[in-house]
Amino acid sequence: MAAVQDGPMELDTEKETKPEILSDGTSKLSGNAASGTLSSSPLTAGGAPKQEDQQTLIAVLQFLRRNKLSESVEILRREAGLEDQEDSQTLDGSGGGKGDRDGGEANSLLSRVSITSAAAPQSTLTPITVKRANEQLDVSVVLSAYSQQGDPSLYQVYYSGLKNFIESVLDCHRAELSQLFYPLFVHMYLELVYNNHENEAKAFFEKFGGDQECYYQDDLRVLCGLTKKEHLKGNEVLLDFRTSRFVLRISRDSYQLLKRHLQERHNNQIWNIIQEHLYIDIFDGMPRSKSQIDSMSGSFAGEARREVNKVKVFHGLLKEPEIEVPLDDEEDEAENEEGKPKKKKTKKDSMGSKSKKQDPNAPQQNRIPLPELKDSDKLDKIMYMKESTKRIRLGPENLPSICFYSFLNAYQGLTAVDFTDDSSLLAGGFADSTVRIWSVTPKKLRKVKSAGELNLIDKESDDVLERIMDEKTASESKILCGHSGPVYSVSFSPDRNYLLSSSEDGTVRLWSLQTFTCLVGYKGHNYPVWDTHFSPFGYYFVSGGHDRVARLWATDHYQPLRIFAGHLADVTCTRFHPNSNYVATGSTDRTIRLWDVLNGNCVRIFTGHKGPVHSLAFSPNGKFLASGSTDGRVLLWDIGHGLMIGELKGHTDTIYALKFSRDGEILASGSMDNTVRLWDSTKAFDDVETDDFTAATGHIHLPDNSQELLLGTYHSKSTPVTHLHFTRRNLLLAAGGYSSQ
Amino acid sequence: HQSSTGREERRFAEVPRESIKLMAESTGVELSEEVAALLAEDVCYRLREATQNSSQFMRHAKRRKLSVEDFNRALRWSNTETVCGYGAQDALPFRPLKEGELFFVEDREINLVELALATNIPKGCAETMVRVHVSYLDGKGNLEPQGTVPTAVQSLSEDLLKYYQQITRAILGEDPHLMKVALIDLQSNSKIAALLPYFVYVISGVKSVSHDLDQLNRLLHMVKSLVQNPYLYLGSYVRSLVSSVMYCILEPLAASINPLNDHWTLRDYAALLLSHIFWTHGDLVSGLYHQILLSLQKVLSDPVRPLCSHYGAVVGLHALGWKAVERVLYPHLPAYWANLQAVLDDYSVSNAQVKADGHKVYGAILVAVERLLKMKALSLTLAAEGSSAGLPGTTTGAVGFRENSPGLSPPPEPLSEPPLGIASHLQAGGAGCQWEEWTPVSLPAMYCELYSFFGDSLAVRFSTDPPLGGAPPPGPCQPLEGRKEPASSAPNLENTRKMPQLTASMNISPRQDGSPRMEPQPPSLAATVPGRSLSRSSSSSSVSRSRSSSSRPGRSTSQSRDIFPKSRFPLPQAGPPAFSFIIGGRQMGRRCLGRRFQTSFTPTPPLTTLPPRAYAHKLPVIGRVSKPVRRWTCSHYSLHLPL
Repeated sequence: MAAVQDGPMELDTEKETKPEILSDGTSKLSGNAASGTLSSSPLTAGGAPKQEDQQTLIAVLQFLRRNKLSESVEILRREAGLEDQEDSQTLDGSGGGKGDRDGGEANSLLSRVSITSAAAPQSTLTPITVKRANEQLDVSVVLSAYSQQGDPSLYQVYYSGLKNFIESVLDCHRAELSQLFYPLFVHMYLELVYNNHENEAKAFFEKFGGDQECYYQDDLRVLCGLTKKEHLKGNEVLLDFRTSRFVLRISRDSYQLLKRHLQERHNNQIWNIIQEHLYIDIFDGMPRSKSQIDSMSGSFAGEARREVNKVKVFHGLLKEPEIEVPLDDEEDEAENEEGKPKKKKTKKDSMGSKSKKQDPNAPQQNRIPLPELKDSDKLDKIMYMKESTKRIRLGPENLPSICFYSFLNAYQGLTAVDFTDDSSLLAGGFADSTVRIWSVTPKKLRKVKSAGELNLIDKESDDVLERIMDEKTASESKILCGHSGPVYSVSFSPDRNYLLSSSEDGTVRLWSLQTFTCLVGYKGHNYPVWDTHFSPFGYYFVSGGHDRVARLWATDHYQPLRIFAGHLADVTCTRFHPNSNYVATGSTDRTIRLWDVLNGNCVRIFTGHKGPVHSLAFSPNGKFLASGSTDGRVLLWDIGHGLMIGELKGHTDTIYALKFSRDGEILASGSMDNTVRLWDSTKAFDDVETDDFTAATGHIHLPDNSQELLLGTYHSKSTPVTHLHFTRRNLLLAAGGYSSQ
Repeated sequence: HQSSTGREERRFAEVPRESIKLMAESTGVELSEEVAALLAEDVCYRLREATQNSSQFMRHAKRRKLSVEDFNRALRWSNTETVCGYGAQDALPFRPLKEGELFFVEDREINLVELALATNIPKGCAETMVRVHVSYLDGKGNLEPQGTVPTAVQSLSEDLLKYYQQITRAILGEDPHLMKVALIDLQSNSKIAALLPYFVYVISGVKSVSHDLDQLNRLLHMVKSLVQNPYLYLGSYVRSLVSSVMYCILEPLAASINPLNDHWTLRDYAALLLSHIFWTHGDLVSGLYHQILLSLQKVLSDPVRPLCSHYGAVVGLHALGWKAVERVLYPHLPAYWANLQAVLDDYSVSNAQVKADGHKVYGAILVAVERLLKMKALSLTLAAEGSSAGLPGTTTGAVGFRENSPGLSPPPEPLSEPPLGIASHLQAGGAGCQWEEWTPVSLPAMYCELYSFFGDSLAVRFSTDPPLGGAPPPGPCQPLEGRKEPASSAPNLENTRKMPQLTASMNISPRQDGSPRMEPQPPSLAATVPGRSLSRSSSSSSVSRSRSSSSRPGRSTSQSRDIFPKSRFPLPQAGPPAFSFIIGGRQMGRRCLGRRFQTSFTPTPPLTTLPPRAYAHKLPVIGRVSKPVRRWTCSHYSLHLPL
């Protein structure tokens, strides 16, 4: 645990480094900072695209050297290319440093990337997580910025002066400048609290707390309880608020207006706060309207900076592997091929013809090393193609029938559900820390025989795969026990051999669906893991939790390959992009981030939700993202342009499930309000005009057409919808636990 | 921590410093006022923070209610001791105390001994299970009503079972009033989806009661009620229902051995029902329509079958719409005609009964063919008009059906147009089906051929139809006719070119033997079906194949309205009103009335009274009318031909 080193570091907090997560669960801080073990220096990953500063690197190197972390020094130096060490081959196997928590995966699958694409400028970034920022910022350092401030009694005067000014400016500027209210209010309040002006702080809050936008209510509620300096130290949420700069987007005209005003009045107090704690993203052009601002704001740290969303994202789909498909005259045989996967393929027909053309937006096929297809995977692909020929074409005129799986007697509390892609299995995670698996088809679940019995089997026989199954264990459902806390999410692997579950106990577990036993427990989060999700190609998976980071894992590595840090609060949901090159995470800080699996960079930040994001769904073509939050709204995002393109209002409670139909024509959303709603996603995507201007500025004007897009609302009697799934033929499956109240 | 269960909301709960002091004292610590105040505030803050953190656990557990567990988790993750003893699932009642502002959670003492020895075993927690409910949406996104629950999941409740027994008893019982009530309920009850398979099973019992016309009738009524019930989703049960109905239409029922049994009406009714099923549920089972057409065709082409089966086939085809008639009956007519002719020509006494049946078939074919011609003419004019008229076929069909459903028994005519969807389906699916090769026959050619079978009895149907349409078969003929009027008046190139040719030849026809065969025989027909024409020529040897040159197409007159030769009859040259009398009488005899009439039929040679026309096939019925029929008069006056 080399990294547990306190002491001020002269490191720019904005540089592109990953925060250190103290994995030492036993390290108890003082009673006040009870939850302080989760100390991190949350860095705005917004600065990610910035070229790394040589100076910073050198500082890090010095630090490492001082602490005798020679191996880390080596690695870092090599990766940063500080030495003329072109030979990246040596990377292979060079990792695995002792005590190097994150460095163990040097020979992982991902490291091959760097070898294959050594010429690429990014190639030196191999196991990104190796790079560590070992600085542990002292709380006092962070807070010290608040120390030397002026007369507390004048704060109200300053604030109301600014308020009067903003209310008196022209309408077009007022909306923009009003954005200042909330961050200023919070910072001024915190300053007062920090400087022990408790009564002034209370009065200040009393007077101006009511003026803030309604979507900040949750934060204000936290804020108003906080009146002591000691409390401030223990509150990570507000620490984050302090350390990260609140981002505002203001047009140049409005900004000039504000600047002039503050300088005329010599209102240094406010000017200082703006300089130090706010980041004002100035743009040229028309000031935005109130509705435009409102649609984008609401996040914990303001809007995303524009340049953050400028990185190119390869959102296209990967080329389908060419698979020899048996012709249709064998259909009858193919129908029962599931039982005997040994079927030989005599006729050949390449089905990949339609995807021959490479999507210009698609990433390179080997950008991320993907597992090779096994024979069984190919068979499954063939099944998939067969099924998709029978798929129903959905649309506003042709809605899917809905099949609702209600969990009865789930007195343990149903917390998570997942279906396999072929809709044959159903898994449920429960609050009593069990995972249960049901077979939805008449085919029962069977375990593989024990080792001793397996020895007796004739391994040459044709039906060996059938013989290894223990008929005595056949049952409709199986229970998986192993977690020691509520299971918050479950996810099937695409090949149906594995199941992942994440739990409050801080682990992600991998279960075998052949033996129905636990194979691996992935430890790393140390705090409740809220969500986990398998890559669409298997092998990789992502998890996110209370520790505010998302981690990328490979099933055969017990350490994460990547750590995606940047969210200011819990990562509540994680999803893989259909091409497996990106990971989307939703958070309690009311933002959604898109991360590049290759280099761990944050490539998109989407703001606009007014509550914690609890569900995400990529459109099947990979171009769009839908997200649902506790405020009952679904937002639609264009990944390529980094824009919000739609808002679907209708739900009255948290949206826990989102899913696009197989062709992407329909978006289904399921919520705590016991409804499933179907939306016309085609229309939603088509209605958006994305001219160059909106693409450049990101100032989209959202059409208010939720009612037109809503195709149907379907109520369950008393069952919140926890999961949605479209079968390969586009039948909609929904699941939830029946609650009798 | 007692107060910790109180939820902090907008107005925050405060822990007074007195409470702090009290607690401190209870553990033997003396606190100064100042310390107590600070502590109180800190406790408040900590509680609030823990509560806020715990809400996250609630949200991820996908609950609306914050539980003690959630709160404890939040405490645990912030390294604080958890609160024990409040983990009960049930809500804890929060009681106020009258004296003073004190609230507390009720904490009753539990006698463990009593609990352990209690005889009432607590209800065990049932196994967690998954239940499926399917909501079928139609195209518009509306939930399909009932009947949608998979039968495997739905169990039959006691009430439903009782209902089922009562209903079946009432319907199959003796009391007609009871039956009526039961049928009405069956038609409107929205909760009987689960019973559908049972009812279908009962109905499939038609085969066992084929001797009992009354029971068959009741079962058919049951079918009708089920079909009309708007809450039932018949799904694949349609197939079973249709097969029961088909049984009644086609099978030589045991009941028909006795000529006194009016099984004809039953067949008519069943055919009507068949068309009704298709009208309302036609698209539920794909390919069913074709199957039915095929089986009808099979019966029709099977000479061994009794005439009543053939009658059923004809009526059934008629009920399925004019396209079905065109596709199946019309091509088969030449072949079938020989058999029918043989029956009708046999005047032996022993054949009387069979012959009477033959007349029924004859009448049915005539009606079907008449409709075929009319509808075809209408469709042609409509096609010429363009699609501006919308879909008159469906609308009139609907109207016709509505008007007719109560009356039901005799006229299969009015409702026989199936939804357009099926008609088009028929055409579209024709390729995939093993039909005999079928090439559309032009209207005039069709008329000519049919005329060769029926002679003037066909022609007169058109001349006399409109008033008849008003009287015995009330139905869509009227609206159809009304529509047709303006349509046909519009100059139609094809019609104007071809129709007059018919009229011209008809002028000569009544008296001239053979020559007006005027069968333009489209080359396609002759080429594709040589066998058919052969068989026809052999069967009706009297039919002269010679074609008068006058019948050659190409002659056009200005009379665009005349599609059918009907207008020729009133001409002075054709003259004899007696002729049309005869036809009228024949026509009346077609239905139930005719049954009585035909039983009294005496096989006297009719030729003498008939106009000597070979192609008229010696219509034996003609002139047998013992007394003039009432309605005939009106048809006599109505020779003005609105076509």
